[in-house]
Amino acid sequence: MLITDLIRLTSSSFLAYRMRSFLTGLGIAIGITAVILLTSIGEGLHQFVLSEFSQFGTNLIAIQPGKTQTQGGNVGIFGSVRTISIEDAQSLRLLPNVEYINPSITGNSEVRFEGKTRRTTTIGAGHDMTKVLSTRIKTGSFLPDDDPTQARALVVLGSKVRDELFAGVNPLGSYVRIGGQRYRVIGVMEPKGQMLGFDLDDTVFIPAARALELFNRPGLMEIQLSYKAGSDLNNVMSAITKRLIERHGREDFTLIPQEKALEVLSSVLNVITFAVGALGGISLLVGGVGILTIMTMAVSERTAEIGLLRALGAQERQVLLLFLGEAILLSASGGLAGLALGIGIAQALHGLFPALPVHTPWLFAILAELSAISIGLLAGVMPARRAARLDPVEALKTQ
Amino acid sequence: MIEFERVSRSFTVGDQQVSALRDINLSITSGDYVSIMGPSGSGKSTLLNLIGLLDRPSSGTYTLDGSNVTALNDTQQARIRSRKIGFVFQSFHLVPRLSAAMNIELPLILAGIPVQERKERVQKLLENYGLTDRAHHRPDQLSGGQRQRVAIARATSMHPSVLLADEPTGNLDQTTGREVINLLEQLTEQNVTLILVTHDPALGERASRQLHMRDGEIIPNHR
Repeated sequence: MLITDLIRLTSSSFLAYRMRSFLTGLGIAIGITAVILLTSIGEGLHQFVLSEFSQFGTNLIAIQPGKTQTQGGNVGIFGSVRTISIEDAQSLRLLPNVEYINPSITGNSEVRFEGKTRRTTTIGAGHDMTKVLSTRIKTGSFLPDDDPTQARALVVLGSKVRDELFAGVNPLGSYVRIGGQRYRVIGVMEPKGQMLGFDLDDTVFIPAARALELFNRPGLMEIQLSYKAGSDLNNVMSAITKRLIERHGREDFTLIPQEKALEVLSSVLNVITFAVGALGGISLLVGGVGILTIMTMAVSERTAEIGLLRALGAQERQVLLLFLGEAILLSASGGLAGLALGIGIAQALHGLFPALPVHTPWLFAILAELSAISIGLLAGVMPARRAARLDPVEALKTQ
Repeated sequence: MIEFERVSRSFTVGDQQVSALRDINLSITSGDYVSIMGPSGSGKSTLLNLIGLLDRPSSGTYTLDGSNVTALNDTQQARIRSRKIGFVFQSFHLVPRLSAAMNIELPLILAGIPVQERKERVQKLLENYGLTDRAHHRPDQLSGGQRQRVAIARATSMHPSVLLADEPTGNLDQTTGREVINLLEQLTEQNVTLILVTHDPALGERASRQLHMRDGEIIPNHR
C-alpha cells in the first residue's frame, strides 16, 4: 500500500464523519493551544528576566564580603567578618585577564540643589564602573581615576535626578549637597530605565571612598569585576580567590559569577516553563482520550468493512495502519489547529498587553505537534490492534 | 486447482464442539463452474470461507494451485487472497463513503499496484460493467444491480483465478439477479473458477457441477 493511498483512505473516513472528526480534533486543538499559550508566556518571561539581568554584561564577577556556602542571602554585610576594602579592589586590577574593577557601595541619601531636595539611591563607585556595567555617560564625564584615599567631591547624576533637580538647567559645574557635603557635578548618565521595579536613573554616583565616609561604613558592599571575554572563568576566579586569601589570610568572601548566576536563573525559569507546559499537557491527555473513544467506536461501527478489507487481501498490518493513520490524522490536524490558535492567542495577548512578554520558539511548536501526533498514535494503537485482529469471517457477518 | 483432503472445521459454542464441516474431500479444477447448495447451517458458507482463506480448517489439508496453503501465516494468506481470490457477497459490502471507482480500486490499492496501471484497470472495469457514468457516485446513489456490478468489478480487479460468490442475487430482484449471474458466468469463459453458494435450485442447476451439502458433508451422487 502506497503512503498516498493510506492518506487518501484515512482522509476519506475523516471527511465522511466531519462533525465527529472536528470535535475530536478540537479536543487535541484545545490541549495544544493551552500548551503553546502557557509555554509562550513562560518563555517570554524567561527571556525578559534574563535580558534584565544580562543588560550589564555577562562576563562579570561580583565579590562580596562573607563566605556563603549556599545560594541564600549574604549575611556578610551585617556579620563580623573582615570587610573588603578599596585596596582589595585595587589589588585585583592587575590580575591576568581582569579588565576592569569597580568598588561599590549602595545607600540612600538626600541630594540638595538650590532649595530642592531629593532622596535618591547613592552609589559609591570607581572610575571604571561604566565599563564594568556597560552604562553610558550622556554629558560630561564619569568619576575620574583619583587616588582612592583622596577622592575629590565629584558627583555624576542619574538622568532622573538631573531632570528633577536641574529642570532646564545645565547641571555640569554646579554644586549639589549630599549628606551635608558639597559635590561638583561632572556628568550625567544616559537613562537606563527600570530593572524589576528599581529605577536605575534615580541615582547619583560618587567616589567609593567618599561613599564609605558618607554611610559610615568600614568596607565595600561589593566589588564588581569584568574579565576578558573568552578567558576561562575558573582561572580568573581562582586567581581572585588566591589574591584575596593572600591579603585576608582566609576565605572570608564570596565570588558570584554572573554567568553561573544566569545559568541557575535560566534553569529555574526553564523548569517553570516546562511545568506550565505540562499543566497544559493535561488537557492534551483529555484530547487523547477523545481520540481513543472515537477510534474504538469507529472500529465497532466499521467491523464489516474491516472484514471486507481482509477478504480483499488486506494484511493485518495494513488494517492496523489504516486505523492508526486515522487516529494520527485526527491528532495531527487538531495539533496544527491548536498551534495556530495558541500562537494567535499569544500574539493577540501581547498586542493587548504589550507589557506581557510572549515568545513561541519553533522548537516548542514542533515539540507540541510531535506530542499531539504521538498522543494520536498512543490512543490509536489499542483500537487499531483490535481492528487488525478481528476474525474476518465474524467481521463480515456483522451489519 | 482447489483440493481439499479430509478437511474438517468445528466451532466451540459454549462448552460444546459443533462440527460445521466433516472430512470434506473435494477437488475443483481451474475454470470450473461449481454451485454449492443446501439448507442453512449445512456448511456452505464455512466451505466457501475455507476456500477463500478467510478461515482455517481444524484438520485436513487445503492445496491451492499445487501448493499447501493450510499452514501459511496471516500475511501469506492475505497475499494469496489478494492475488488469486475474489469475493462477491449477498449484501455487496461496498465501502459507503468511497466512490464506485474507488471501491473497485480498493484491492489494487491494498496490493500496491502502481497508480498509472490502477487507473487503467479501473477505467476498463467501469466500461466493461457499464458503470463509467456512475464512477464518482457513492454506493447509496446506486441501484442494487449497479452495486453488485461494482462488487463484481472489484472482485475481478486483481484478475483472480477463483471467484467466490455467496448468494450474489439474494438481495436483487429476478431480472437484475439474472443479469448479475450472466456477468459471473461470462467470467468462467476466461478460465476463472466460479464457486456459487445459493439457496435457489434453478440458479444452482445452471452450474456445470453441483455440490449438495447437509450437516457439514457433501452428499455424494445427489439425485
